[in-house]
Amino acid sequence: MKPAPFQYHDPKTLSEAVSLLGSLDNAKLLAGGQSLMPMLNMRFVMPDHIIDLNRVEGLAYVNERGGAIEIGAMTRQRDLEFSELIKAKCPLMHEALQHVGHRQTRNRGTIGGSLCHLDPSAELVSVAAAHDAAVTVVGPNGTREIAFKDFPAGYLTPAIELNEIVTMIRIPVWPAGHRYAFAEFARRHGDFAIVSAAVLLQVDNGRIARASVTLGGVAAAPVRATAVEQAIVGQAASTDLFRTVCESCRSIEALADIHASAAYRQSLAVTMSRRALDRACGFPTPGALH
Amino acid sequence: MSDKRSITVTVNGTKYTKDAAVRMTLADFLRGELGLTGTHLGCEHGVCGACTILLDGRSARSCLMLAVQTDGHEILTVEGIAPGPDKLHPLQEAFRDNHGLQCGFCTPGMLTTLLELLRDNPDPTEHEVRVAISGNLCRCTGYQGIVLAALDAAKRMKATA
Repeated sequence: MKPAPFQYHDPKTLSEAVSLLGSLDNAKLLAGGQSLMPMLNMRFVMPDHIIDLNRVEGLAYVNERGGAIEIGAMTRQRDLEFSELIKAKCPLMHEALQHVGHRQTRNRGTIGGSLCHLDPSAELVSVAAAHDAAVTVVGPNGTREIAFKDFPAGYLTPAIELNEIVTMIRIPVWPAGHRYAFAEFARRHGDFAIVSAAVLLQVDNGRIARASVTLGGVAAAPVRATAVEQAIVGQAASTDLFRTVCESCRSIEALADIHASAAYRQSLAVTMSRRALDRACGFPTPGALH
Repeated sequence: MSDKRSITVTVNGTKYTKDAAVRMTLADFLRGELGLTGTHLGCEHGVCGACTILLDGRSARSCLMLAVQTDGHEILTVEGIAPGPDKLHPLQEAFRDNHGLQCGFCTPGMLTTLLELLRDNPDPTEHEVRVAISGNLCRCTGYQGIVLAALDAAKRMKATA
């Protein structure tokens, strides 16, 4: 038997799940299981209780409401990948999903699970940061919404209470015709990115009116390259501009681990942000495979 | 709450009702409790793809699910792909004819994964085949025979459709 012993609960309603989570000690929520199950199998985590959300009604949907896309936390990555609404209104997410694991894992993995696991290089986490998403959580004291910039509390740790469950992600939509690109560097297709860049641009009359540049995998949580964003707004988009301003990404504080040194991550941050900006504007990106 | 649960699952068209320890993975349940050892276990943490099965028609890694989660659901394993004991599925025939396997360890996962691909995309490009099996590790073939087999299978399946 791979996982250490636990008691298993599979509530059918959200209120049941909230009350279980509030009353049980050392309980873990199980969403798509594509991160938690490996950690259980390897006994990196040994909860006393597993609360499985897969049978909870009403947590899987994609809707448009009030200029935003609302996504239920248990919506599978594969359903997002093939959602026409996501493709039309949030094309950055559609593109980013092509890099998320493999078909077999996207069939199970959920957006809520991705955000709560909060891997530093997870693509959906970067998309949420890029779009200034908001996360809805439900706990014993009711519902609250957390701006995504406040959502990461640290490495693999969301800023939610132990008795709260993420139920929805709200993604404000950018105007029709906005530019976007997701570029990532990974050793193999489907691996976690060493560094990724997510870009959203609004270009009016040839000038950049609004910009969002997010780097994943560089630090413990996605970083908005605010220096780049500020430097390009008001400017005419050009390869030279991007080449110059993206140098500022070299000073972003970066992680070092078995995959890459901090200096290499900083170098990739420069390259990937420039590449994503170039690609968003339809400029050539020589040497880029993905 | 007990540490075991009675679950009913339909595997390859046969309904089974069995007790499963709640911490038992679906892969261990298929192999140990149902004796369906065609589903292989390589890494047991979702990297190698050997344990891929179809859950309600969608590919999933059976090492990353608990058996109890599949109560009331339908599963297809490699044992259920062939139409009968004396006949192979066109995908399996294509694997045989194109050297799509050598040691055979990754084959169950390759077949289930490609079955889903060819159902959703009956005419895939080579690139699409390579992306589809990017989550399945093979250490023998260099993938070339597998890709050829998948493309060949697409042709055979169209011819028989």
